[in-house]
Amino acid sequence: MDVRALLKDAGLAAFVAFMLALPMIGFQTVDVSGGHGITVVTRFGDVAITVALVLVGRIALGLLDNTSWRLPILLVSAAIAIGMPFVKNPYPVITNLSVMAAAVIAIRATWLYFGLSAVVERDEGNRLGDAAAFVGRWFGPVFVIFAVIFPFLPTTSRYLLDLGILVLTYVMLGWGLNVVVGLAGLLDLGYVAFYAVGAYSYAIIAHEFGWSFWACLPLAGLFAAFFGVILGFPVLRLRGDYLAIVTLGFGEIIRIVLLNWSSFSGGPNGISGVPRPSFLGMPFTANPPEGTTSFHQFFGLDFSPEHRIVFLYYLILALALVTNSFTLRIRKLPIGRAWEALREDEIACRALGINPTNTKLTAFAIGAMFAGFAGAFFATRQGFISPESFAFIESAVILAIVVLGGMGSQIGVVLAAVLLIGIPEFFRELAQYRMLAFGAAMVGIMIWRPRGLLAHRDPSIRLPEAAKAGADD
Amino acid sequence: MTRTPLLQVDHLTMRFGGLVAVNDVSFTAYDREITAIIGPNGAGKTTVFNCLTGFYNAPVGRLKLTGARGEFLLERMDGFRIAQQAGVARTFQNIRLFPRMTVLENLIIAQHNVLMRASGYTLAGLFGLKSYRDAERDAIDLARLWLDRLGLTSQADWEAGNLPYGSQRRLEIARAMCTRPVLLCLDEPAAGLNPRESAELRELLIEIRDQHKIGILLIEHDMSVVMGISDHIVVLDYGRMIAGGTPAEVRSDPAVIRAYLGEEETDQIPPEVAGDLHQEGRI
Repeated sequence: MDVRALLKDAGLAAFVAFMLALPMIGFQTVDVSGGHGITVVTRFGDVAITVALVLVGRIALGLLDNTSWRLPILLVSAAIAIGMPFVKNPYPVITNLSVMAAAVIAIRATWLYFGLSAVVERDEGNRLGDAAAFVGRWFGPVFVIFAVIFPFLPTTSRYLLDLGILVLTYVMLGWGLNVVVGLAGLLDLGYVAFYAVGAYSYAIIAHEFGWSFWACLPLAGLFAAFFGVILGFPVLRLRGDYLAIVTLGFGEIIRIVLLNWSSFSGGPNGISGVPRPSFLGMPFTANPPEGTTSFHQFFGLDFSPEHRIVFLYYLILALALVTNSFTLRIRKLPIGRAWEALREDEIACRALGINPTNTKLTAFAIGAMFAGFAGAFFATRQGFISPESFAFIESAVILAIVVLGGMGSQIGVVLAAVLLIGIPEFFRELAQYRMLAFGAAMVGIMIWRPRGLLAHRDPSIRLPEAAKAGADD
Repeated sequence: MTRTPLLQVDHLTMRFGGLVAVNDVSFTAYDREITAIIGPNGAGKTTVFNCLTGFYNAPVGRLKLTGARGEFLLERMDGFRIAQQAGVARTFQNIRLFPRMTVLENLIIAQHNVLMRASGYTLAGLFGLKSYRDAERDAIDLARLWLDRLGLTSQADWEAGNLPYGSQRRLEIARAMCTRPVLLCLDEPAAGLNPRESAELRELLIEIRDQHKIGILLIEHDMSVVMGISDHIVVLDYGRMIAGGTPAEVRSDPAVIRAYLGEEETDQIPPEVAGDLHQEGRI
C-alpha cells in the first residue's frame, strides 16, 4: 500500500475542505443585541472539526482500495453511524455530519466488500438480469403498498403527510417529464410552464365559472397539452442544447406573462381562494354550506382537518399512478417505441418512414398533459397560486429528478424524488448545512451512478419464449 | 424475362454552394435487379442516395418510382413519406441502428406505420384490442423471420449496439427490409466486413432480389461484391455519370479505368505546375 499517496490524497481533500469551510463555516454574522447592526463571530473550532472529518473520511475511502481493510472499515464506520447519536456531544452538527459521512463510507465498504460493484460493472456491458432490474422489479409493488398504507401508519404526522404529498407531486411531474426527456430524448428546461398552465387553468375556470375540480382536471390537462404542441412546433428542428435554450425561454415567457397580465392572472398577487376539491361533491369543511353534506357527516366521523390532507394525498397518489401506468403502457405501443427510436437516431427514424413531426409533438403534448394535471392538483391543494411557484428552479429540480433517477426509468424517478425533495426536509435540523447535504447527495449519485440511480432499460417487446428456445439448438 | 423499370432518374443535379455534387445524372434501376453505383470517393454516390431518400431536395431532375405501391415522384416528397408511402428503404454508410434498443425492437420499429394504423393511432393499442394484438404478433413473426435468416434469434434481446460489427450491418439491412420496401438502397453494406462476411452479404442480397422480388440500389467499393452480383452498374466521377452497363461492359470501359487508375499520360500536367508540385514533394 502506498501510504504516501494516500496521505497526499487525503491532505489535498482536507485542504480543499479547509478552503471551503473557512469562509462558509468559519465566519458567522450575528445581530448585536439592541439592534445596533451586526458583528462577526468566528467559529474556527467548527472549521477544524470539518477538516478533520474530511481527512479521516478520505483516508478511510482510500484504504477501501485494499481488500484486507474493507471489513474493519465497514465495521468501524457502521458503528460510528449507529453509535454517534447516543454519544453526548455539545455540537449537534458534529453528530449529524459524522453520522452522514460514516454512513456513506459504510455503504461504500459494503458495496466493495460484497463485490456488488462487479455486478454493476457487468450490468454496464449487457445490462440483463442485473441488480437494477432486481430493485426495479421488487421496489415497485413495495413502494405502492407502502404509499397506500402510509397515511395510516402510527408514525405518520400531519407534517410527514404534507411531505408525502409534495414528494408525490414531484414524482408525478418527474414521470411526466420522463416521457419528454427520458423516452423521446427532448431536453426540456421549461417543463414548469405546463405545470403553470394547468394550475392557472383550474384556478381561473373555477374562479370565473365555478366549475368543480373534477370538471376542470381534464380541461387543465387539455390546455397544457395544447401549450405543449404550441411549444413543440417551433422547436421541431432543434436538438440538444438549442432545444434546451428555447424551452427555457418558453418557460420564462409563460411565467412573465402570468406576472404581468394582471387583469387575467392577478399578476404578482396571484389567485387566492382557489376552490378545494370535494369527495363526490361532499366538501371537507366543518360546517358545509346549506343543502350539502360534508365528508365527515356522511361517514359519521368527527370533523378533522386531516381528512382533507389524506384525501389530497390519495388524489395525488392516484394521479401519479395513472401517469405511471399510462407511460408504462404507451412505451410498449408503436408511438412509445417511436419516441425511443427518435431519441436514439432521428435520421434513421425518417429513413424508416416514421413521421418525426407527429412523434415529437405527441411526446410534448402528453408530457405537458401530465404537468397540467399536476398543476391543477397543486392549485387545489394550495388554494393560492402565484407566478413565484413556477420559477425556473422548479424545472431544474424536476429535470434533476429525471436525470438522477436514470433517464427513462420510472422507479428511478421515485427514488430521486424521495432523495431530492426528502433530503432537504429530513435535514432541516442541520439548518444552514441543509443544502450542503443536498449537494453532497447529488455529487455522490453522479460519481457512483453516472447514468442515474437505476439506469436499467427493459425491452419494450420480447420474443415469445417458445420461439427463443427453438433457436438455441 | 422482361425488365420493368422501377426507378427512373432523369437529369438529377444537386449543388452545394458552388460545388456541383451531382451533375445531370440519368439512369434507370429495374425491378428485381441489383443496380450498383460505383465511383471514386467524392464522386457523388451518397448524394444521389440522399436525394432519392428525401434527405436532400434536388433542385433539378426527376426521380420517378413505379413500384407495387403506385407511381411516385420522389423529388416532391418529404423525407419520411418516401419510406412510408413510396416504399424506398435505405441503410447508411455509418451504421444507424438504434443502439440502446434491442435487436428485436429495431426490427419492430421498422414496422411502425403498419403497427400505428393497427393500434388505431394508439387508442386501440391502449385498450389492448384484439386487432392490435394480432398486428403485433404478425410484426413479431416478420421480425422472427429475419432474425432466423441472420442467425440472430438468440441475441434478440441484446442491445443492438452490442452486436458484432458484421451483424450490425446485416441487422440494418433486415430492419430496412421489415418496412416491406419496393426498392432497397444500400450505402456501402460491405464496408468493414471480412471476406467471409462479405460472401454472406452477397448471398443475402441475391436472396433479397430473387425471393423478396424487389429492386436493390447499391453503393459499394468492394469490387468482389459489385462485380459478383450486380445486374447493372452506373459509374460516377466528379458528379457526372461516366459509364453504365453490365459488369463486363463497365470493367472494360476506358473512362472507368481512367477514373479509377488516373490518366496514363502524366505530361498533361503543365510543366510549371509540375515543377511546383515537385518542389512541394508531392510528386
